Amino acid sequence: MNETIYRSHILICTGTGCNSSGAEEVKHSLQEELAAHDLLDEIKLVDTGCHGFCEKGPIMVIYPEGVFYCELKPEDMEEVVEEHLLKGRTVNRLLFKEPMTEESIPSYQDIDFYKKQERIVLANCGKIDPENIDEYIASGGYESAGKALTEMEPEEIISEVKDSGLRGRGGGGFPTGLKWQFANSAESDKKYLVCNADEGDPGAFMDRSLLEGDPHRVIEGMIIGAYATGANEGYVYVRAEYPLAIERLEKAIKDAEEYGLLGENLFDSGFDFHLNIKKGAGAFVCGEETALMASIEGKRGMPRPRPPYPASKGLWGKPTNINNVETFGNIPYIINNGGEDFASVGTENSSGTKVFALTGKINNTGLVEVPMGTTLEEVIFDIGGGLAEGREFKAVQTGGPSGGCIPSDYLDLPIDYDSLLEVGAMMGSGGMVVMDDSTCMVDVARFFLDFTQSESCGKCTPCREGTKRMLEILNRLCEGDGQEGDIQLLEELASHIKETSLCGLGQSAPNPVLSTLHYFRDEYESHIHDKHCPAGVCSGMASAYVIDEDTCIGCGMCAKECPVDAISGEAKEVYEIDPDECISCGACEEVCPVDAISQG
Amino acid sequence: MSEINLTIDSEEIQVEEGASVLDAAKELGIDVPTLCYHPDLTIHGACRVCVVEDTESGQLLASCCTPAKDGMKINTRSAKARKARRRNVKLLLANHPNDCLGCDRNGTCELQDITYSLGISSDDMEELEGDIRENSIDETGPSLKRDPNKCILCGRCVRVCEEVQGVSALQFSGRGFDSVVQTAFDLPQSEINCANCGQCATVCPVGAITEISEIRNVWDAIEDDDKHVVVQTAPAIQATLGEEFGYEPGTVVTGKLVSALRKIGFDKVFSTEFAADLTIMEEGNELLKRIKGDKDLPQITSCCPGWVKFAEHNYPELLDNLSTAKSPQQMFSTLAKTYYAEETDIDPENIYTVAIMPCTAKKFEKDREEINDSGYKDTDAVLTTRELARMIREIGIDFVNLEEQDYDEMMGKSTGAGTIFGTTGGVAEAAVRTVKEKLTGEELERLDLGFQGVNEAEVEIGDRTLKVAIANGLARASELLDKVKAGECEYDFIEVMACPNGCVGGGGQPLPVDQEIKEKRGQGLSNIDETKTIRKSHENPMIVRLYEKYLGEPLGGDSHHLLHTTYKKRDRN
Repeated sequence: MNETIYRSHILICTGTGCNSSGAEEVKHSLQEELAAHDLLDEIKLVDTGCHGFCEKGPIMVIYPEGVFYCELKPEDMEEVVEEHLLKGRTVNRLLFKEPMTEESIPSYQDIDFYKKQERIVLANCGKIDPENIDEYIASGGYESAGKALTEMEPEEIISEVKDSGLRGRGGGGFPTGLKWQFANSAESDKKYLVCNADEGDPGAFMDRSLLEGDPHRVIEGMIIGAYATGANEGYVYVRAEYPLAIERLEKAIKDAEEYGLLGENLFDSGFDFHLNIKKGAGAFVCGEETALMASIEGKRGMPRPRPPYPASKGLWGKPTNINNVETFGNIPYIINNGGEDFASVGTENSSGTKVFALTGKINNTGLVEVPMGTTLEEVIFDIGGGLAEGREFKAVQTGGPSGGCIPSDYLDLPIDYDSLLEVGAMMGSGGMVVMDDSTCMVDVARFFLDFTQSESCGKCTPCREGTKRMLEILNRLCEGDGQEGDIQLLEELASHIKETSLCGLGQSAPNPVLSTLHYFRDEYESHIHDKHCPAGVCSGMASAYVIDEDTCIGCGMCAKECPVDAISGEAKEVYEIDPDECISCGACEEVCPVDAISQG
Repeated sequence: MSEINLTIDSEEIQVEEGASVLDAAKELGIDVPTLCYHPDLTIHGACRVCVVEDTESGQLLASCCTPAKDGMKINTRSAKARKARRRNVKLLLANHPNDCLGCDRNGTCELQDITYSLGISSDDMEELEGDIRENSIDETGPSLKRDPNKCILCGRCVRVCEEVQGVSALQFSGRGFDSVVQTAFDLPQSEINCANCGQCATVCPVGAITEISEIRNVWDAIEDDDKHVVVQTAPAIQATLGEEFGYEPGTVVTGKLVSALRKIGFDKVFSTEFAADLTIMEEGNELLKRIKGDKDLPQITSCCPGWVKFAEHNYPELLDNLSTAKSPQQMFSTLAKTYYAEETDIDPENIYTVAIMPCTAKKFEKDREEINDSGYKDTDAVLTTRELARMIREIGIDFVNLEEQDYDEMMGKSTGAGTIFGTTGGVAEAAVRTVKEKLTGEELERLDLGFQGVNEAEVEIGDRTLKVAIANGLARASELLDKVKAGECEYDFIEVMACPNGCVGGGGQPLPVDQEIKEKRGQGLSNIDETKTIRKSHENPMIVRLYEKYLGEPLGGDSHHLLHTTYKKRDRN
């Protein structure tokens, strides 16, 4: 085989994030420029999965220098080709600038966003072409599956996974090795293995990025899991809203089948494993394992009581083992490097790394992978580059709609399964939404509850009816109609729903309300007693502020303070507040030296 | 199976592995309230009304879906459990019309009962006031009315329709607060593949699914001096109506039933059993003919309108196997407006026929276009057992103390064979009694063939073996018919009844009902059969007279025209 030797490789991100900010157009432009400059034989263009730094997309990295260009436009490509590729000069204006220091950083590894990460699961994401199985194999892929199937007994694998301390990355944090053991010891003529890729938390895209960026890693993890549990058939349950992930996964499965890595007699071990894709229709509740299985069976995605657990009665009544995408993504590493090696990363009870989707009011939104035990502060400020627009940090929401809001007092909290639970949040699947001081916590609680209420499957009474009543209370709080006793009723309903709901969705639905009530109770009280939204978000709140004509001295301090420019006037004249613009935040009232401002 | 020991409300109990905490509590006689639970259906675990407290962990457990475990300590009466139970009922009530006064299930509503026993008052509901669902009510019928606003989403209807009937006409749709039980694509009730069996109505704990009432029409006819109102009562009624008035299930109240109907004002009180005997004459002779010609076997019964519609939707290729004999209800009504009208010299236009049925599908059957052969609408109104009980209550009849009366002779005389039409295996048994004697010319020695509760039987008739299969519940019927279609088994005669246990378990019968109650009702009918002096249809003197004076021969000219019908393929919506 005649392999062309290229002098440069350009890795261009074609994940969903970069694609949506125009990566396809950038790529076409680059191809045209390369052709125009007759460089197609010298420069290799590689489509990769997500680099993680979605905020700065479209992104490319040029090797061997490792120069990282971001926020690219098609018209930049001419300069990249002429300057960088032909003249060897870095195009400074396209480099990443650290938000704090404004310093341009040419190299990928030197950017704070990447420097502090440790990539096990995302090791290949952004580095290899996810649609090329050879690139995965060249990076050591399928070695661990080969090792597992030819050198190890299922029990040895389970013991290795147990030693690794790996816990389910989908949110529950159940020890993976133990789960595998249950499925392994279930006796049946048929067993199934399922990969839960029904990522539904608002703002979360860890699983999507992994499937888009390194689908073979997930498949390899599944092969090992299937062998360990004795399953000959598997499903990846992935949301239909992830077309690119599905496309790449389909190709990866087909390629793996052609290479004999899926199908019959894998690695000549006599072990068969067939893998299918089942597209979900986008119901959040289908991330719950019994609902997910019902959906695969073609039924309505509705949870059922457990026991029986899937390990004894799962898909079509057969023992079934279900793990999350990221969980499977950790398996090849554990088999290659050993459970102990994996356990040395992270904290005692939460080993390894965790991938987070960092979003919200933060400078560097994107996908990050850090060792368990990294503090919130390191993730938010060191990696995330701090709050956007210079605003102040207020809270971080972890765990999606089932999670909770953590205030600034806990910024030094090392992130792991148990520490997050202790502060009223949870790991969840890895969503991390950063909120600044312009965020109203009652409104945040309302947002998440609105989500869970409309995503409740409607089966059990507390979740279907209870979350609706809680939502109605939050709605009236935000509209300025809060009543005495509302907080108490919210708390009563919340604990009732947690205690009596059928599945995890209902049992955790009140968490965002409980955690905001715990840490930001004063905001709730202000909404009820003062009809005032301290963050100035709840526009349906109290009436606008007005300036008393007789008292106003025309100093203009109110107009300067108003965050929404609702106040206008001439110096020494009476100022005026536009009631349609006023968000009733009360900032003007506070600064007025003559108490001329009050709520109308 | 191993035994499990646990403690509930300080009492120790031993149950078999696999039993739920609710099962264990029941064994101790502890009544934990339930709504989505039904003893004849799979466990759903949705209403969360049956929560109890695990005293060790303090956790609340839904007792219906929590397996009993060794050493468990459960408190069903703790303040925590009762509070949670009340809260869940209150949450249901907060999204319920709460217009009990105008509800068909006022008095038999399980939500109403639980609300009362938990001591929930209107004042308790204020804090939860908010949005209430507003869905349109489906009254397209013709048998059943669905009011999704009353629905508490317990899923019993969904489960009975899927698990017991294999129809799946109803399913959950929508999410969260907008969840609703509805038909596929929300099609009107009248346009779907529903068999109208009404099993959904019998398991519905509230008034979300009820029969479409015809009580007013019947009162109007009775109160119209120009109308001659003739009523027929289906066999199963006599062993079930008593439940509405405090009798044990299975108590036979035939005489009081007749008496009550006369007090209501019906001009003639007849029995559908008479027509059941007639059905046997026609259907039996049809079977004889098919056996002789070896054509369209197995012959499948057609007296159950739920089954007939189900077959039209799902087994169009088997429609030629259905007996062309009309159901007893329809044979009766046709004759009421022809034979009876002639005999009594009453203008059939003024005759109004009412059928008291254990069934909701009979309301659909009476409206089938092809089934009116008298020149008029054969059956004018169908009332369920429950509707009849309401009429009896409306005029303040003291049912328990009624004198016992006999049916009017002409179309009220019946045999034991006609009686057992009301229970599974009854039609097959009645048919065999007549067919065997007709084929062999010998008296049947043993009358109790014991077809109740069996799936198949073989009867030696001369040198031939008659192979009979019996199915009740449409899911089981489907299993049987799929085998027949696949050629896996051969039968001569198949009896199908849409409802579990046959008409005693019909969709129009008194509530509440479960398997145990249905069996007692069936036993009640068997008791009547055993005590009847005539137990074979062909020996019914009034049937003999009918053929002599009016119809001629079974399957003959007039019989064929008046007593037989046709079927049509229907879509599977």
